[in-house]
Amino acid sequence: MVESYIPLFVMILVGIIFGASNIVLTEILGPKRSTRTKLSTYESGMEPVKSARERFSVKFYLVAMIFILFDIEIVFMYPWAVQFKELGMYGFVAMILFMVLLFSGYIYVVKKGALKWD
Amino acid sequence: MQPFDLVGSLPLIVIWLALGAVGIVIQAFVRNTKLVFGYYAGTLAVTGTLAALTSYHKTTAFQHMITVGGYANYFDVLFCAAGLMTMLAARPYLQRSESEYDEFYTLLVSAVSGMILMAHSNNLVVTFVGVELMSISFYVMAGFFKMQERSVEAALKYFLLGAFASGFLVYGMALLYGATGSLDYVDIGLAAHGGTLRFPLLLAAGAVLMTIGLSFKVAAFPFHQWAPDVYEGSPTAVTAFMSTAGKAAAFSAFIPIIMAVMPVGAGAAAAAYAPQLQMVLAIIAAITMLVGNISAIAQTNVKRMLAYSSIAHAGYLMMGLVSGSADGAAGILFYVTSYVFMQIGAFVIVGLVEKADGTNVMLDDYRGLGKRQPLLAGLMAVFMFSLAGIPPFAGFFGKYLLFLSAIEAGFTWLTIVAVVSSVISVYFYLGMVVKMYFQEAEHATEPAPTGMAGITLAVATIAVVVLGVLPSLLLNIYRTW
Repeated sequence: MVESYIPLFVMILVGIIFGASNIVLTEILGPKRSTRTKLSTYESGMEPVKSARERFSVKFYLVAMIFILFDIEIVFMYPWAVQFKELGMYGFVAMILFMVLLFSGYIYVVKKGALKWD
Repeated sequence: MQPFDLVGSLPLIVIWLALGAVGIVIQAFVRNTKLVFGYYAGTLAVTGTLAALTSYHKTTAFQHMITVGGYANYFDVLFCAAGLMTMLAARPYLQRSESEYDEFYTLLVSAVSGMILMAHSNNLVVTFVGVELMSISFYVMAGFFKMQERSVEAALKYFLLGAFASGFLVYGMALLYGATGSLDYVDIGLAAHGGTLRFPLLLAAGAVLMTIGLSFKVAAFPFHQWAPDVYEGSPTAVTAFMSTAGKAAAFSAFIPIIMAVMPVGAGAAAAAYAPQLQMVLAIIAAITMLVGNISAIAQTNVKRMLAYSSIAHAGYLMMGLVSGSADGAAGILFYVTSYVFMQIGAFVIVGLVEKADGTNVMLDDYRGLGKRQPLLAGLMAVFMFSLAGIPPFAGFFGKYLLFLSAIEAGFTWLTIVAVVSSVISVYFYLGMVVKMYFQEAEHATEPAPTGMAGITLAVATIAVVVLGVLPSLLLNIYRTW
């Protein structure tokens, strides 16, 4: 019973040692030549213009929320598609029902203008 | 393979198709609150009727995920009735505050559909989906007056604490699954009763975590702190609904879980922790009713007072869980039914007396109501007497059944605590009656015209009186399961 967990403990131990030793070793061995570019927020990205601590329009959250909803719909379809033949008519009808419910939700979202940006 | 039982699942199928496939599309194209109100009222009426008609059909459906018939259908009818009564009272209430949007009714029906799922559930995951469906609808409904600070505060508080409690619930479910290897209540019950567990402690820990999560949903000590603030800040129509039907739904999920994981009298080999869990529930119940009733005395706001009283009532209801027997469950069923009617009735009157800006909800505002509005004050007095447990109203008989089940389980001390706290509660319930009849108002504000809320009040009053006089009407139904 407990013996079967030994590989798990070994793996956790190795993980901790690997992570900790990497941090410590780079700190000791690594060269430290910092330049202005290296110390900026995004070394190879855009120049930060101002603080990120400001208010965002609630529209972002709305779109993100709707995106997650319909994203999950796709996730559900993968296992269903793989098992399509085995599930047969029952699975087909169930998925159609699921799609109908989601689609009516989509109609609501579109008609209420939740996807309009302005 | 019989994938599903169409007859038995009919109430569930109807409410979800009406809500998710048809209702939403209607609302997308038509901006007509009256039509949406009628549509959803019809949905609830049809669902309740179907549940009542198919209650003879007892089986499980969807691979034992849900049970149909009997117990579950009884709760369906109760939830639909509570939803309908709330809708009727909410319409004039929301119109006065000029915030009647048709989404209110959508959310209400969606909450009812979650409750129905909880009552039908025979599976931990299904219970969780039901709990979340109900709770998320409640979070939004609590903040329905989005321009009122109190309402938004109530919604946020409820959401944050509710999400936290859901975490406990899920973790408890995970441990139960780990201990028994099944999500099915029947299998979990067999494992707990049979004593074939490898890790009995895991089952006990899971049972305790689920008790914590559900105690939050029913607002039992020490997880009751959210209730006064949320009930006070929410629109009164919403409070009426979530403090009654929400509590009934939480108990409809609580009963089968406790029955499965607490094998009382199954022998020491089955589960040694059963007496301890019983004691934990008894202590929670005792402190809940004392805290609720004693705190209610100090309140000056009627909504807050009723919130604390609803905490106390959660305590009484938990007495039925302590015994873990069919008698206790019958006591809970009867008490929760009468509680739904009396508490909705009381909150509807509070909503009528309340002004459109949310003021006029202090106890002192009820001074002299007996002279100005004899009928309204009379009904309020009936609900107060019933909540206090004074015969011949329904509250008395419910309490009697619960107290009896606790005594039979050997918890005499718990019954003594319950009787003492009932006596304490008489002080503030009758204090309300005294304010209405024996004190004069300094400044009189007239309550709103009753309108459709009159139907709700009439139904609630009739139910409270009839159940108090003829409790056997319901008790005979329980016996047939």
